[in-house]
Amino acid sequence: MSEPVVWLTIFILSVFVGIEVISKVSSTLHTPLMSGANAIHGIILLGAILVTGSAQTTLQLVIGLVAVVLASVNMVGGFVVTDRMLQMFTRRKPVEKPTDKPEVRA
Amino acid sequence: MTGTPVWVQLTYLLAAVCFILALKGLSSPRHARTGNLIGAFGAVIACVVVFFYADLDHVVPILLAIAVGTAVGLVGARRVQMTQMPQLVALFNGVGGGAAALVALLELGDLVGESPEGFALAATAFTILVGSVSFSGSLVTFAKLQELMTSRPVVFVGLPIVFGASIVAAVLLAVLTVTDPAVWIGIVLAVVGLLLGVLLVLPVGGADVPIVISLLNAFTGLTVAAGGYVLDNTLLLVAGTLVGASGTFLTKLMAAAMGRSVANILFGALKGGSTLGAGEASDRPVRSAGPEDVAILLGYAHRVIVVPGYGLAVAQAQHTLRELVDVLGDRGISVDYAIHPVAGRMPGHMNVLLAEAQVPYEQLKEMDDINSEFKQTDVVLVVGANDVVNPAAKTTPGAPIYGMPILDADEAQQIVFLKRSMRPGFAGIENELLFDPKTTLLFGDAKDTLGKLLSSVKAL
Repeated sequence: MSEPVVWLTIFILSVFVGIEVISKVSSTLHTPLMSGANAIHGIILLGAILVTGSAQTTLQLVIGLVAVVLASVNMVGGFVVTDRMLQMFTRRKPVEKPTDKPEVRA
Repeated sequence: MTGTPVWVQLTYLLAAVCFILALKGLSSPRHARTGNLIGAFGAVIACVVVFFYADLDHVVPILLAIAVGTAVGLVGARRVQMTQMPQLVALFNGVGGGAAALVALLELGDLVGESPEGFALAATAFTILVGSVSFSGSLVTFAKLQELMTSRPVVFVGLPIVFGASIVAAVLLAVLTVTDPAVWIGIVLAVVGLLLGVLLVLPVGGADVPIVISLLNAFTGLTVAAGGYVLDNTLLLVAGTLVGASGTFLTKLMAAAMGRSVANILFGALKGGSTLGAGEASDRPVRSAGPEDVAILLGYAHRVIVVPGYGLAVAQAQHTLRELVDVLGDRGISVDYAIHPVAGRMPGHMNVLLAEAQVPYEQLKEMDDINSEFKQTDVVLVVGANDVVNPAAKTTPGAPIYGMPILDADEAQQIVFLKRSMRPGFAGIENELLFDPKTTLLFGDAKDTLGKLLSSVKAL
């Protein structure tokens, strides 16, 4: 499984899939899409967990834990902020600030 | 992947499919939110599974670290103002790149003891270098957007030389990592990467920063992919590559929306020539008016187009603007919003902000759809925007925004600018349209002014 050629195959195919799936995105969604993609690379958390779990020295452990913290910020924050952006496209919130919302329609 | 049980590999495959569906969903308005949730689901199952099969030490500290990171990410994502979202995305991207670089450094430490294959070492060097670039570059974009530093291009004498020397050093160190692996080389490589990231972003002007964020996002994706190879983990490879490829493509799309090439955005300032109009406020006469005058202009028009910009968002005036548009609509006036692809600070940013103010989706018109309508428009109301209606993009070769498609506001009968001051826009150049005889300026804070406009229109 770990011959470089197999990996290269997966890599190349993923490149095409990555381009193909987003090729028809409208400019309205550029920002949420970037944010969502940003969250997906937070999966480096998986790698951070694996290396930290096999740390031998205290220094390695500390570096690994820093990586885990950073990666979880990336992943969790990324998905949540994307959801917040997208919420605004779908849901209508009835609550409005009273100060700048005088009754407009007679 | 040899030591990984089949069921775990299948779970990784499932997660990879989730990520593909997530990206696909995010490209269509109807499925975007579901797509994002599917992506989050994939990420969570992948990270949970690892605890059940891998022989991990230090499980408690790891869980604590995840809890800390989760808390920080949640608070950041929930608290941020929608106007500051671009820099938050930059920050999240940066920490992701930093995490990848640290993982690769640790992995290099392990590899040094064994007799590793050259390909794995090359991938490690790549991850360390590009992860560091992404980390420091993203921090600089954050500083620029948060206005902790100037948003104008920063160029100093010798920057191209320092930049070139750093690239040569990085390549040499990367080669050295492969031929003669040692941890200290990896650390020096990371430091050079940090320097490169800063040098890469400094010369980029404020208006182009979002495109750089997108590019760095793609970089981080590729580092994660390389990290996947090093760690023998297919999910990291697939997910990282997906982000790398789609991120690169998205960067091209965004640059195209501004009529620029990515190379021009990154290195344009180095060639010089984009210092045009270096922010000097001119004393040329302009025509300014009070809210009452503008209210009359608007109230008796037939067709009005609103051009919202970042200034609107900063003043948090999107709700007041929507009310004004509603009142004009009640008077039988046809009003639409013209959304420039890069209005706000990121492509699509303005749509998010106006959606927050509950502006109906149908009233938001994209540039290509509305540009032909400006000719038949009585009044264009430009709220806190500048560069996106600056005719210099068409008429002045050499201007930093030359070639960027703009909204043809200059073709309307009357143009009203709501501005705080005569300060130039984000791109730092003067706007000829402000001095046009058809143009009226209404100075003041956008929210304040719109409030006055609103009551004046209602009093008509």
